[in-house]
Amino acid sequence: MLLVILEHENGQLVEAAREALTFGRVLAEKMGEDLEAALIGSDDDDLVEAAGQYGAETVHTATHDLLTDYGPDAYGSVIAQMVESLDPDAVLSCGSDRGNEFMANAAARLDAPFVANCTDVSPGDTWEMTRVQWGGSLLEDATLTADVPLLTCGLHAVAAEIGDEEDADAEEFDVDLDESVTITMVKDRVVQEAGVTLPTAPVVVGGGRGVGSEDGFGQLEELAALLGGRVGCSRAVTNLGWRPHADQVGQTGTRIAPEIYIASGISGAIQHWVGAMASKHILAINTDKEANMVTKADWAVIGDLHEVIPAIIAEVQSRKG
Amino acid sequence: MKILCCVKRVPAPGAKINVTADGQDVDAAHLGFTTSPHEECAVEGAVQLIEEHGGEVTVLTLGTGDAEEQLRYAVSVGATHGVLVEADTNQWDPQRTAQAITAAIKELEGDEPFDLIMFGNESADAGGFQVGIRTAMALGRPIVQGIKGVEISDDTITARREIDGGFEVYELPRPAVLGIKEGLNLPRYPTMKGRLASKKVELNSITASAAEGGQARVKLHRPEETVSETVILGTGAEAAAAVVDVLDELGVL
Repeated sequence: MLLVILEHENGQLVEAAREALTFGRVLAEKMGEDLEAALIGSDDDDLVEAAGQYGAETVHTATHDLLTDYGPDAYGSVIAQMVESLDPDAVLSCGSDRGNEFMANAAARLDAPFVANCTDVSPGDTWEMTRVQWGGSLLEDATLTADVPLLTCGLHAVAAEIGDEEDADAEEFDVDLDESVTITMVKDRVVQEAGVTLPTAPVVVGGGRGVGSEDGFGQLEELAALLGGRVGCSRAVTNLGWRPHADQVGQTGTRIAPEIYIASGISGAIQHWVGAMASKHILAINTDKEANMVTKADWAVIGDLHEVIPAIIAEVQSRKG
Repeated sequence: MKILCCVKRVPAPGAKINVTADGQDVDAAHLGFTTSPHEECAVEGAVQLIEEHGGEVTVLTLGTGDAEEQLRYAVSVGATHGVLVEADTNQWDPQRTAQAITAAIKELEGDEPFDLIMFGNESADAGGFQVGIRTAMALGRPIVQGIKGVEISDDTITARREIDGGFEVYELPRPAVLGIKEGLNLPRYPTMKGRLASKKVELNSITASAAEGGQARVKLHRPEETVSETVILGTGAEAAAAVVDVLDELGVL
């Protein structure tokens, strides 16, 4: 049996968990095993049903008085107990911040290897996998020797796709926890902005060094607001102090996947590209027609972004009336 | 206060990264080397904490002698001591790396633990997402990852982790371990005084020994390049109408 650990937030499976189930469906088939899933800190029917839609036959639910919120030790401890008593042939989760954290925590508890961010996995006596290095600018072929392989699949390695839409059976999992797991639990949350955020925005208007100054981002803000999107930026821009780090798109920033990424004044260093490459479409605005970002884009406008963007704003406004 | 930062020496890539002919490593012939970005912020964060509270920052790296460059750089921006955990390459698997670092930390600490140990959330190159976690757990200390804000009081370390649209707050007892993300701060540049200190500092060296883990490299390769037939919509402001046609077609207007 392949066990997929589901990340959930606000009573819903996160997108990365849906990707992990989709990835897991293919892997379980290669293994010739059933696909099962695990919910930690919830036995919500809607979540069980969603997991079933993506192909899970059984969903093991672990609830406990101490599982009141997310914490790496709480999750790691439950996963280690599931490995010991459910006896899965492999365990998979998503390569999100949390997914990689709780799988590594479980691996440390089990003194077992853990391979993060796989893009392709072949089961066998020795498992073989391709995994992400350098945030996706390089791939590594690796082998894994383990009693129970512990893996995550890279973010956006596959697109989430509904499976057979069958109902999943929910099965309660008896978990044994003590207070120590609450040490690393979330103690508080601060919401700074409501509404559309960079990882989920349908449109991202990105700016690089070519924007020229902190104030130069005003036009990008205006266009993003008109399109219901968000402003992103390159690492060069955050290093110059023009934008907060939370706006950075790239290997060490946010990975975006909008319907369209409008990359203006960005040359397209590999650091930035790996954060933007999951965008469904890319439009580059640049004075240099040889720039990396331009050659990798679907569409490009050659010119000064401070002339092009105001013209686009005016055109959008006139069409919207 | 005693703080330890564990850092990794990695190539500094530009537009693309090439691989050596045998596929075992990044071809660094035309690249400089740097400290993995998350860890550069960890060192800056540690230096800011001792500037505020007093104390010492030790920087540790596992790898070949070349990695002394990154230890000296850390001293040039305010770290106090540097420790090289000598290994035959910079590319040990994650279990082996964590085991060697754990042993080195125990040797450095004796019976006086570091108040705080900082790792990068993941290394820029291998991206295993686990060495800090394995080390912390082997030391029996709490760790949380993805940290972009740190405050220390007498017995508590308060850490902030960025999430979509805000942040989560964690409160850990001392001693603890954090996986730091870039964005914690903007690292400073070395001063002249710092450069001099970095030349003079005596680095400590520990010989590492640890057993290989279950994950092994076969080879590195570049992903298939995105070949895009870029459609040029026009030049300058005149292209605006064509751009908005595209936006309209995608349904994002």
